[in-house]
Amino acid sequence: MSTLSVTRATLLKDLRMEWRSKDAINSMLFFSLLVVVIFSFAFNPTAEESRLIAGGLIWVAFLFAAVVALNQTWARELRNQVLDAYRVSPAPPHALFMAKALGNFLFVVILEALMAPLFVVFYQLRSVGPVWQLVVVALLGTWALVVNGTFFAAMSIRTRNREIMLPLILFPISIPALVAMVDSTTGILTGEASPDFWIKLLLVYDVVFTAVCLLLFESVLNAE
Amino acid sequence: MKSVIWIFVFITVALLGFGLYQALVVAPTEQTMGDVQRIFYYHVPSAWTAFLLFFVNFIASIVYLWKRSAGSDAIAVASAEVGVVFCTVVLVTGPIWARPVWGIWWTWDARLTTTLVLWLIYVSYLVLRRFAAGSQTQVLSAALAIFGFVDVPIVFMAIRWFRTQHPSPVIGGGEGSGLDPTMWHAVLWNWLAFSCLALLLVMVRYRLQRMEETVEAAHAQLALQGGSR
Repeated sequence: MSTLSVTRATLLKDLRMEWRSKDAINSMLFFSLLVVVIFSFAFNPTAEESRLIAGGLIWVAFLFAAVVALNQTWARELRNQVLDAYRVSPAPPHALFMAKALGNFLFVVILEALMAPLFVVFYQLRSVGPVWQLVVVALLGTWALVVNGTFFAAMSIRTRNREIMLPLILFPISIPALVAMVDSTTGILTGEASPDFWIKLLLVYDVVFTAVCLLLFESVLNAE
Repeated sequence: MKSVIWIFVFITVALLGFGLYQALVVAPTEQTMGDVQRIFYYHVPSAWTAFLLFFVNFIASIVYLWKRSAGSDAIAVASAEVGVVFCTVVLVTGPIWARPVWGIWWTWDARLTTTLVLWLIYVSYLVLRRFAAGSQTQVLSAALAIFGFVDVPIVFMAIRWFRTQHPSPVIGGGEGSGLDPTMWHAVLWNWLAFSCLALLLVMVRYRLQRMEETVEAAHAQLALQGGSR
């Protein structure tokens, strides 16, 4: 079995299950909607203020929402000992990891696409800088969160306090990515700063951590 | 092993005493900051020791994933725990110094923030160790240790850029350029003393970890043989 075929099969299976149940996307959508509403009560910003704080609001909302989906990634594979079956099969472990990470990436990107208009409406956002840069930042940033999140979710399901463990180990490691996403988003929205450095940093972060995840996933999958 | 540790205790205490003497008596009083600057002789050596311990943790974690030896895992947990203690010392002594000198307890400047994030990463490592189940603990925490260490340079770059874009209320750290030679002596002696203290703590913690493993293995053996206790 080649890496590609295993990745594709697992990814398609996850997408089909998500398409039928819509568990992850629905809970993420409702969760981030709640965050948007609660933040607007908490800060009550004017249009000018919201442009300054929107970068933080958007990414904190997406980070929290992503954790909701990430926590469910591996849970259903545990139920019928699917992970154990996978372990004894000759399929390469990094193929499974890539499929899960890509699946989560798609879910979170869809969530962001659906939530973006809502942010624009609720916070009266209007970008001064070019919008395509926001798309680049969003794609790179989402991968940064999701690649580590998928890996740490595989670790946290093996701990005693599963659901709480994931944010505890994911957030500290994600701080540089989050700083990059928030600061570049604010820079683009206000048109005051160029996001070039942040895009490069996110690229480095993505490449480095994708490599580390692929290298270490086999050990974590087979941890006894 | 035990007598070695006692000799080491003696050396460490002597060095700590000498370091204290160097810091409080020999080193000259700083012109503008006064005596409060002397906390520097504890602050900086603690930081160096903490970074050294985190590096040891990183190496031990790689060795564990490679060789799967219980010893390297014990070194990893010992160095991480002692490293967090020294990092806490850094984060506590920093504000004590900053309050009279800068007028504020804390500023989100690059070095402070990086140290704080470093502390957060290794605390999360210890939390994971506490909640991971049974024999998976070693592998999971070794993986997280590698993630944490790889993250540190990226954190530093990110925060430095973040701070240069938004100037902080306090610019620069103050010291760093042109230390008096006697001040250097105090720093280096204290660093030696702190490194010895760290090494001692790691050794003791390592022994404790190995003993715990032996006891656990004995319990498991007993349970296998159907023993009631």
